[in-house]
Amino acid sequence: MTEQSTDTPAAAPQYVEGERITGAQALIRSLEMEGVDTMFGYPGGCILPAYDPMLDSPIRHVLVRHEQGAGHMAEGYAHVTGRPGVAMVTSGPAATNLVTPLMDAFMDSIPMVAITGQVPTAAIGSDAFQECDTVGITRSCTKHNELVMTSQGLPMAIRQAFHIATTGRPGPTLVDVPKDVLVSEMEWYWPTDEEVLASLPGYRPNMKGHPRMIKEAAKLILDSERPVIYAGGGILKARAAEALARLVELTGIHVVTTLMARGAFPDDHELNLGMPGMHGNATAVTAMQRADLLVALGSRFDDRITGKVDAFAPQAKVIHVDIDPAEQGKVRKPDVPIVGDARLVIEEIIDEIKSLRAAGVTQADTRAWKSKVSGWQEQFPMTYQQSQPGAALKPQYCIEQLRDLAPDKTIVASGVGQHQMFASQYWHFNDPYTWVNSGGLGTMGFSIPAAIGAKAAMPDRTVWAIDGDGCFQMTAQELVTATLEGLPIKVALLNNSYLGMVRQWQEMFYDERYSSVFLDSAALPDFVMMAESMGCAAIRVESPEEVGPAIEKANSINDRPVVVEFRTEAAEGVFPMVPAGASNDDVILHPTQQDRKGGLA
Amino acid sequence: MSRVRDYGTNTYPQNGFNHHILSVLVQNRPGVLARVSGLFARRGYNIFSLAVAPAEQEGMSRITIVVDLDSAPLEQITKQLFKLIDVIKISELDPAQSVERELMIATVKANGALRVELQTLTQIFEGKILAVSEDNLTLSIEGHPDKLDDFEELLDSHGIVELQRTGRVALPKLDRSSRLRVAN
Ligand SMILES: Cc1ncc(C[n+]2csc(CCOP(=O)(O)OP(=O)(O)O)c2C)c(N)n1
Ligand SMILES: [Mg+2]
Repeated sequence: MTEQSTDTPAAAPQYVEGERITGAQALIRSLEMEGVDTMFGYPGGCILPAYDPMLDSPIRHVLVRHEQGAGHMAEGYAHVTGRPGVAMVTSGPAATNLVTPLMDAFMDSIPMVAITGQVPTAAIGSDAFQECDTVGITRSCTKHNELVMTSQGLPMAIRQAFHIATTGRPGPTLVDVPKDVLVSEMEWYWPTDEEVLASLPGYRPNMKGHPRMIKEAAKLILDSERPVIYAGGGILKARAAEALARLVELTGIHVVTTLMARGAFPDDHELNLGMPGMHGNATAVTAMQRADLLVALGSRFDDRITGKVDAFAPQAKVIHVDIDPAEQGKVRKPDVPIVGDARLVIEEIIDEIKSLRAAGVTQADTRAWKSKVSGWQEQFPMTYQQSQPGAALKPQYCIEQLRDLAPDKTIVASGVGQHQMFASQYWHFNDPYTWVNSGGLGTMGFSIPAAIGAKAAMPDRTVWAIDGDGCFQMTAQELVTATLEGLPIKVALLNNSYLGMVRQWQEMFYDERYSSVFLDSAALPDFVMMAESMGCAAIRVESPEEVGPAIEKANSINDRPVVVEFRTEAAEGVFPMVPAGASNDDVILHPTQQDRKGGLA
Repeated sequence: MSRVRDYGTNTYPQNGFNHHILSVLVQNRPGVLARVSGLFARRGYNIFSLAVAPAEQEGMSRITIVVDLDSAPLEQITKQLFKLIDVIKISELDPAQSVERELMIATVKANGALRVELQTLTQIFEGKILAVSEDNLTLSIEGHPDKLDDFEELLDSHGIVELQRTGRVALPKLDRSSRLRVAN
């Protein structure tokens, strides 16, 4: 079976084939066999039988405060390890509470396995207490889901779920288990790899690129004068960061890293142009616009990247490497489509470039392009204006301070909104798997549970959740989970009293008519009291001099979670910005740069 | 409803109908039809006809889907269909390169002289009379969907009480060499 290499999972235990055990025991055993060391869940009626054998299992069960939290924790765990995150919840309302994280994982290709309890098989379809059509509801937000009707079928269903979640384009899978299936007995067995493959005749992800396409890609790369590598989240999913670095070293081509690919290539590298897209920096956005070649590696031409599709990168030829054939041509027709695993394909392209060079093929002259690009970088760096004395903090300043004071390889998990964009823009990501965020679905409330999941996976790392006052109030109760489970994450709460991102759109596109965006969160809730009530240390920061010391204090606390509330400027906007549906050529720069925009021509 | 048809081609009578036939081989498991049809539904595409039955291989079914779609969205939806774990194979059948069949049964009003006329009509279309009552006849006809359309149109003028079509099933036409091989 083609497993993508990830952090090493736990060694599988040994169990005797043919032993008579309950479905519940078989379920927990199956999870152990899959190398699960931690799962996130919440019990209830139908899943109850599975919580009994859990007491005897080495698997750590993190008891959450809301099933959505369990789902995002599983995602956070998967983001930083590459191993599937596991969430287990009961039927009905618990299953529906998992829908948001499942969709989130589906959009961002996060390997995740959800196990839901279901009413007994005899009651299915009778509108029984806490019954819902879980497989029906989650059909369009999972890569695959399955209702298991016999306890004998459980090990195979679990194996399939893990196999499907982790191979090809990763994604969430769900196994729905009726209560009587957990209670009744079965004869233990563990399906072999061959049996799993034979049971899934319709599922054979393509890993290696087509040799002819690889050749064409290599030639095109050497031929292009204005090439840009457009690296997406697929680089991280394919564990291809190292291969990407080698490709860049070999060719000297610039890289842009999308919101999903932050950390896939070091921000400190001179060839990294940073984040493109709606809130990308001017150089990354413009370099893509003016390129004669885009090498899309595990990226999917999302509307947040392309802006108006017809006006996107008009002169560029496109090499599109994606393991999902359906991404080829979905948005932009590629000149060289390559279906395959990003790491394998990059390695194949590297080999091909080397042999072309050995045969005397030279690379086109990219010097003019490079000096143009560095000109843009000099003229249009990321910028903001420091706050006046006595005024509210600038969120960008807080992020910069967090960044500069962060221990090596700190993991950053963000919510959704302005704070997310500031975090992605101002953090320097130099290691893969240090940025955990909700890109495709844009799920407010993601950061705290995702940070907890990351911390559970990597207890030795510092994990900062960068959150907004809106997001915080969606999932903050999981800080109780963090305290009680000994998962001391840190939360940087950028409190601007507003649904800031929505406020910015109303400011720019609705004539400053602010409608239902003022949260009044300088008044309520008292975030310090709220955090302390959940067992966290809490600090409120209102002036620039306090920022550094507060962060240092937070970094030094490791026996419980910490919440640092920064009172930030409500009127601060995220720039640059490409308005939704506009061409990337019409990017709006920071007000201090906009009048010089002609320099991007 | 008056419909004009261009005889001898495979185009459907409705204006602008852009019909494509997908033949989808799937594992015959609960939910597979919901997965397949869900991909059309979430994109707001209507399925024109759908026929499902077990295929030649054990545990497999073949779904024949007729949709009215442009080629670009069809290509995307075909790729998305192929991603479904239960889907084994998909072919888009070019109407010009396939054999298509459909079955229709219809109950029509048939008193007095009409009865004879319908009988003749049914004979011409090589259909069958399945049941007779005082006022009605139930007929069946099998053949190319275009032929069924014509028959349906003629019946329409007599007064259809109830009508059911199966939706088309289709397989690729054998090419000349494989036809010969069968003949040998
Ligand atoms: C669950 C959910 N509901 C609504 C939205 C729409 N939305 C996007 S950003 C945003 C504001 C977020 O506010 P806050 O957490 O305070 O962050 P800020 O933008 O102020 O930094 C909203 C409402 C969303 N992305 N997710
Ligand atoms: Mg806010």
